[in-house]
Amino acid sequence: MSDNITTAWEKMQIIRNKNRPTALDYIPMIFDDFFEMHGDRYYGDDHALIGGIAYFRGLPVTIIAQVKGHDLAENQYRNFAMPHPEGYRKALRLARQAEKFGRPIICFIDTPGAFCGVEAEERGQGEAIARCIMEFMTIKTPILSIILGEGGSGGALALGVCDELAMLENAIYSVISPRGCASILWKDASKEEQAANLLHITADDLIKMQICDYKIEEAENGANTDPHYTAENISKFIFNSLQKNLQKRLDELLELRYNKFRRIGEFETQGL
Amino acid sequence: MKQNIFSVVRNRFNNGHDVKDKKNQNIPKDLLFKCTRCGSTVFMDEFVHNGKICPKCNYHARIGARERINITVDKGSFIEFDKDMIASNPIDFPDYSEKTKGLREKTGLNDAVVTGEAKIRNERIVIGAMDSNFMMASMGSVVGEKITRAFEFATENKLPIVLFTAAGGARMQEGTISLMQMAKTAGAVSKHSQAGQLYITVMTDPTTGGVTASFASLGDIIIAEPKVLIGFAGRRVIESTIKQRLPDDFQTAEFLYEHGFVDMIVERSKMRRTLAHLIKLHKKGNLEGVTDNE
Repeated sequence: MSDNITTAWEKMQIIRNKNRPTALDYIPMIFDDFFEMHGDRYYGDDHALIGGIAYFRGLPVTIIAQVKGHDLAENQYRNFAMPHPEGYRKALRLARQAEKFGRPIICFIDTPGAFCGVEAEERGQGEAIARCIMEFMTIKTPILSIILGEGGSGGALALGVCDELAMLENAIYSVISPRGCASILWKDASKEEQAANLLHITADDLIKMQICDYKIEEAENGANTDPHYTAENISKFIFNSLQKNLQKRLDELLELRYNKFRRIGEFETQGL
Repeated sequence: MKQNIFSVVRNRFNNGHDVKDKKNQNIPKDLLFKCTRCGSTVFMDEFVHNGKICPKCNYHARIGARERINITVDKGSFIEFDKDMIASNPIDFPDYSEKTKGLREKTGLNDAVVTGEAKIRNERIVIGAMDSNFMMASMGSVVGEKITRAFEFATENKLPIVLFTAAGGARMQEGTISLMQMAKTAGAVSKHSQAGQLYITVMTDPTTGGVTASFASLGDIIIAEPKVLIGFAGRRVIESTIKQRLPDDFQTAEFLYEHGFVDMIVERSKMRRTLAHLIKLHKKGNLEGVTDNE
């Protein structure tokens, strides 16, 4: 843990490091015998969003993850972790399978957002995300989500409907990219730093707002300086959270999941 | 050559804008209506008389939430829910409180959605309409909460729900709390659906962003008004990603219909009738007539 990285902007510099570990780096450190599964069964296989089955300390689990690359070639292959609709439909297919076989689901979120493109619109990006969000609300098995770096808007939330949400210490979770916010607000994308610090998108901010449940400690100066240390902390979170959530009756689990989101929102009543 | 000289003169008259680019012409606002879809200009009277529909291209322009509810439900049947709910400023976003206060005064709306119960051809329903006059109908806590409560009321009372959607997306001034409204509303849709009740979405201009990616896309039946804008990502965002201009019909109701995301495109003048029929079709029926055996 480092005390000198506190603002959203400072954290964004840490998570933009190209050596920051991705889900593909963490999976072999945390799980055994990972088998990747491919395709949404309708259109294709999305490389930005992967999924499969593995053991977590002896327990079979389903893993669903958005994956960034460490270099340009890898990023192009992974589409910079921006999924198309088929990615979200694959996620949903694997989640349904997890439910059928009673496996808990572990989601790793790390995306600037869902891909914005012509084909994504043609294949129903909005519908694919909406369906994921709605169906995850009632999947009858525990779901844990961990934001590794960027939690960008609806494209992140599609894997964020869960029983417990954790964020790595330097991760962010935002409704809009600070750059996008700055260009709307001040018509100037270069004021991204100001926007980042306005939006309340760090783990600490979101724990205060009861949107995030846990902050997972990274090595000093960011997860890339000691990936194994961070992996160990992620593993501890998964173990504790599974232990707690596997004890719950399914109807109780789903009711708690619904209420976790139901209570979020702040408003006033005029005249009071 | 002559044509080139003419175009130089013409361009000077229009401050460099080509006259063919009708969208850039300056038009007095109250007298004339300039269609954002086809660029035609018609008299405001004619446009209003036509139900706020462009007489040239049939683009169904935006109308306010209260007007929408008025032309849809049985006269005098509407009972509004949560009409005193207003936005707070949960992340102390600069100017947000002033902005919402100003808009409440200017528009007579408390936020971007009006919800309530009503009757349509004597059938009891829950209805909601979003209003693009209020911060481009973006979804923050108030919109999320009112939509959620409308679904919860419909679930409890075993009622169908009809939502006229419109939105520029989630409301960034409430930060990640706005993002969570997508999950909250989708959860409420799910409970209503599991209770076996009917949800009809009517997508109006513009239905985009986080609202498209949550409750708007989750109707049992999805209707759209002709020529309206429907999409997830903003057109300009996509254009800057792919570095190309997109065709005019991209992200229209017709485009979504063609790609299988909309059940039907319905004219405003036939909307009430269509909704009434669909709601009636979802009531339990009995097989009538005599046995068809020898």
